Amino acid sequence: MATRTMQFKIYRYDPDKDNAPYMQDVSVEVDDVTDRKLLDVLTKLKAQDDTLSYRRSCREGICGSDAMNINGKNGLACLTEIKDLKQPVVLRPLPGLPIIRDLIVDMTQFFKQYHSIKPYLINDTPPPERERLQSPEDREELNGLYECILCACCSTSCPSFWWNPDKFVGPAGLLNAYRFIADTRDQATNARLDDLEDPYRLFRCHSIMNCVDVCPKGLNPTKAIGKIKEMMVRRAV
Amino acid sequence: MINRIVVGAGYGLKDWIVQRATALIMAVYTLILLVALGAMGPGGYEAWRAIFANGFMQFMTFLFFVSLFWHVWIGVRDIWMDYAKPDGLRLVLMIATAAALVGYAGWAAKILWRL
Repeated sequence: MATRTMQFKIYRYDPDKDNAPYMQDVSVEVDDVTDRKLLDVLTKLKAQDDTLSYRRSCREGICGSDAMNINGKNGLACLTEIKDLKQPVVLRPLPGLPIIRDLIVDMTQFFKQYHSIKPYLINDTPPPERERLQSPEDREELNGLYECILCACCSTSCPSFWWNPDKFVGPAGLLNAYRFIADTRDQATNARLDDLEDPYRLFRCHSIMNCVDVCPKGLNPTKAIGKIKEMMVRRAV
Repeated sequence: MINRIVVGAGYGLKDWIVQRATALIMAVYTLILLVALGAMGPGGYEAWRAIFANGFMQFMTFLFFVSLFWHVWIGVRDIWMDYAKPDGLRLVLMIATAAALVGYAGWAAKILWRL
């Protein structure tokens, strides 16, 4: 059994005990066969010191709970390969959101922005007996949009979201906004575009593509935002 | 006044288009200017003056300055929106920026028309 020692630097903060956050140096024995992902090692670290706090749930990149800043880049612990990590592995909470404890952040603001784009289908016509149908081509447009798991890796890597989290919808919210704007079954396209045509809500995005760089699902919020702008232009000219 | 976050000013698209259009105009002007300077023979001030005395060049140079100041307005306003948090301060900075740019535009026109 091949084991090796790995060095970690972990952001620790317990507001009930600590005056200020600090970085804790820890080492852990890693088994190259059974410990494949960062989350496996976090589980070991938690066994060593059960005061270490982080969110996790599905452990396979679907729930989006274990998003954190890994060696300076946002990602999901459960999808991050251990062998690719440079040591010491520096783990911090997602940047720009209030810290609750250790690697756990308060995502209220993030979800507030998500809810502000009305993330549900708006259609006032009576529902058909079975389902609202789409052509395969129309359905195709939703690929690369519906897969978003709302882990907040993108929005918390976006400087515009750091400066204006209360006013800028952020890449995750805007990707989901386009998911409903692009949906042929939705009838509120115009109202959705009206809502986003705003210097803060949409136009804080300057297409620097940090969001694309970090998305653990390989999605492209910048492209979706570009399509929203394109629709606004088409509507205006 | 109740301290609630308000968004929804309902503008932004025009500025976004203008930012791109003015950037394009400035890029084209830069090329034209480089060609004009390349074609300029040795002749010092007189040759330099002749470039800008040309009607087409005056039209393009004026267009360039209008584009530049309009582009700067959108860019600098974006900076105030990101970093100047108190609303009153932001308003003062925006007014100061707009005033300075309008002044610069007049100044640029005066220099151009003198040629």
